[in-house]
Amino acid sequence: MCVAKAICYDDVERESTLTVGSIILASGSQGYDPSKLDFLGYGKYPNVVTSEEFERILSASGPYRGHLCRPLDREEPKKIAWLQCVGSRDTNKCGNGYCSSVCCMYAIKEAMIAKEHVHGELDCVVFNMDIRSFGKDYEKYYLRAKDKDGVRFVKARIHTITEIPETGDLSVRFVNEAGEILEEIFNMVVLSVGLQIPESSKVLAKQLGIELNKYNFVTTDPFAPVITSRPGVYTCGVFQGPKDIPSSVTEASAAACMAGGDLVDARGTETKAIEIPDQQDVAEQTPRIGVFVCNCGINIGGVVNVPKVTEYAGTLPNVVFTDHNLFTCSQDTQDKIKEMIIEHKLNRVVVASCSPKTHEQMFMETLEACGLNRYLFEMANIRNQNSWIHSKSPELATQKAKDLVRMAVARSATLKQLNEKVISVNKQALVIGGGIAGMNAALGLGRQGFKVFLLEKESELGGFSLKLHHTIEGKDVKAYVKELIEQVRANANIEVIINARITDFAGYKGNFTTEVATGDQKQKLDHGIIIIATGAKEYIPIEYSYNEDPRVVTQVQLGDILEEKGAAGLDSVVMIQCVGSRNKENENCSRICCQNAVKNGIAIKKLNPDTNVYVLYRDIRTYGLMEDYYTEARNLGVIFIRFEEDNPPQVEPSSEGMIVKVKDHILQKNLEIRADLVTLSAGMVAEDTTELCGIMKFNRNPEGFFIEAHVKLRPVDMPGEGIFLCGTAHGPKLITEAIAQAQAAASRATTFLSKSHIKLSAITAQVDTEHCVKCLTCVRSCPFEVPVFNTEKQVIEIDDAICHGCGVCASVCPRQTIQLNFYEDNQITSKIDALLAGGM
Amino acid sequence: MRLDYPVNVKIIRVPCTGKVDVMHLMRTIQMGADGAYVVGCLEGSCHYKQGNLRARERVMHVQKLLEEVGLEGDRVRMYNLSSGEGPTFAAYAKEMTEHIKKLGPNPLKKWSTATNKE
Repeated sequence: MCVAKAICYDDVERESTLTVGSIILASGSQGYDPSKLDFLGYGKYPNVVTSEEFERILSASGPYRGHLCRPLDREEPKKIAWLQCVGSRDTNKCGNGYCSSVCCMYAIKEAMIAKEHVHGELDCVVFNMDIRSFGKDYEKYYLRAKDKDGVRFVKARIHTITEIPETGDLSVRFVNEAGEILEEIFNMVVLSVGLQIPESSKVLAKQLGIELNKYNFVTTDPFAPVITSRPGVYTCGVFQGPKDIPSSVTEASAAACMAGGDLVDARGTETKAIEIPDQQDVAEQTPRIGVFVCNCGINIGGVVNVPKVTEYAGTLPNVVFTDHNLFTCSQDTQDKIKEMIIEHKLNRVVVASCSPKTHEQMFMETLEACGLNRYLFEMANIRNQNSWIHSKSPELATQKAKDLVRMAVARSATLKQLNEKVISVNKQALVIGGGIAGMNAALGLGRQGFKVFLLEKESELGGFSLKLHHTIEGKDVKAYVKELIEQVRANANIEVIINARITDFAGYKGNFTTEVATGDQKQKLDHGIIIIATGAKEYIPIEYSYNEDPRVVTQVQLGDILEEKGAAGLDSVVMIQCVGSRNKENENCSRICCQNAVKNGIAIKKLNPDTNVYVLYRDIRTYGLMEDYYTEARNLGVIFIRFEEDNPPQVEPSSEGMIVKVKDHILQKNLEIRADLVTLSAGMVAEDTTELCGIMKFNRNPEGFFIEAHVKLRPVDMPGEGIFLCGTAHGPKLITEAIAQAQAAASRATTFLSKSHIKLSAITAQVDTEHCVKCLTCVRSCPFEVPVFNTEKQVIEIDDAICHGCGVCASVCPRQTIQLNFYEDNQITSKIDALLAGGM
Repeated sequence: MRLDYPVNVKIIRVPCTGKVDVMHLMRTIQMGADGAYVVGCLEGSCHYKQGNLRARERVMHVQKLLEEVGLEGDRVRMYNLSSGEGPTFAAYAKEMTEHIKKLGPNPLKKWSTATNKE
């Protein structure tokens, strides 16, 4: 039963009619049900669980409260196996020919977390065909699991699982690469189940008249990734195709961009503005503190003696009102707090409950709603930092709650009113890079009615895509890019600036100024946001005599050859994967090279079925629906040979052709293959943006790709507000993915540009210029070069708009003339003093 | 994650460990805390670039100052972890508590409790 009474148990189904301009389908997926695969024993043996169930086992709110135990006897396992591709990459038993894209990574994650949770050693084995850690920095995570944390990865497919009745352990029989049948005993087996479209989504699609593909994912065009077969209806997430969280979040924004583009005229017409009363000035008043102590149902009240803590709070200096509530965050308690603020003329509020991370904003809004400045608020976290972790010692926990409340009350008395500066937003956008991503981002913003400056450093639009011919689906890249350029050129909102070079940059979110040079001419552009789309290019190999022998080419060059001359005269082509990727110099996977090899392999076989095509690989990473092309390539006779990183193929020139030597793990033999052409699957490297980053101060990772604000939650935002990111500047990706990301960046930028004003954070550093001795320590120490010495006025100035609020300047200032708002020295020491005044 | 850690650990929130001042740390010991530690992001992944490196230097400086006045410098420490590492946080809290228990009470406590009460 829900203690908060948030669930209405007698609720009934209701039908309502909504009139809308666009629809987005994001109905997601469900885990594959492995009970049909009887050889795995799921449903029969209790210690065989699905990855979803294992996720619950690891969870603090799960069946065993986060303690890793196996279901049969609640014993902690010492050895766990993960079986990959259950319900994926399997046309034989389940009909799901696609790769679910996420299982390799979550299996690695589960193994790593399981190792953290156990008390002793835990042996983790992941049985797989290929490890597909193709996402940004995923390969590094895989390497950490493999090399540092000792997770074992075994290339094998599972024959059967049988239970050992006496122990409940499981015997896993599998065939290794050499064809030997082996058996290993595990305490527990986790089935890495794939993603599948639920029946209900199929029904939904039928009702809406949306086309689905043979696996029931929504049919979309590679160049229009979120557009369904029905105009006005868009899709995103796994319903569109198997994908991970960053890609789903990205696509969600892309769908919002497309759907919003149809509704420009209606933007903002149905929103309601919250009315905030005028703020009352309490600066001169003595503190009158109200303390609200929360039971959080039984989360706090079940451990801590809440009435005692409330009573204690009443004895503290400046406290004029105390109360305790079942749920302080509930709507009726908010109303009560408002009443009490007015009735008791409270000018500070302390809530003793949970984390400010989750609830501070809400309580601050309550203060604002009765005219009290939002920064006159303080929280004591007596749940996450107390009752949850000290549940075994209620008395000590009650004492600690009192300490935390005393500290919060002391600090609250020192808090000052702070006002967030309001600034206007310039409605123009700057897009850096005129490739597929940059053009799509510009079009997305143009469609939303914003003026866009699209910068391209070369003399024509198109970027790296100008070198490409077809996608793996057979779509014509050249025709698409031509049409895209025409659309961009035809859009009245987009101003294209070619041969552009950024020479200077200033300003802050909502109000940037960028100086752009074209030839000898310079112009200053004012804009409110920035989208980075500087792209990437093919790595130029230093491996395998690439520079010395014309018979060694890259995949992009092979694409040119096939386009111009076809496969005539090619008896044998050998492709080598992971050139310039997944090695010591560049640990990451370049994501696109496997599908490139498969694409070109299929093309050769279709042009000339007699040509022998060999792909030498480490893991084939044709994720998602591309797995079908890998299957097609094998059916057409392309031969795939796996090699180990420490035993790479050797390439030697000869008069007969190139000789490629490689060890075949299945035949357990060293092979020599004669090739007319050796094709290197060269990875993707970021465009050189050193000069740009020197001017604009954007953060890049060691590989030169830009770093997003949050890998999963904010995949197209840069850490600095008003700056967004898309395309291969973010990391290697396919055209389809770059388009979705560009639309996503445009969507995120739109949420920013559609506001007339924005509020700046009030938590910024302030200089007391009267006492400042101008030693410039702050100027030297600020990581963002914010404090500057104004030579005219002879003072240090810190611009609120660009200060990040880290407080470094405040702590280095030798005369303490800089204070960080909300974290002033006495606002920190008051807590220290109050804590220790209790005689710790 | 609700991981158990010693009840004597109380947290003071700062925007970045780069905001933690030498004065703040000295004050905790002067006021009678048996120990104080700063928990920052992993080195190399500070959201504000290098706040945690500054914090480490300051912690080392405070250690020296404490030694100079005849106290154990090691009553003040610096730990690093990422926000996703709950178990490590709990482990450090235990480690620090056990370490401080071994050192015994802060000798300044008698004096500071007397002044605190005044």
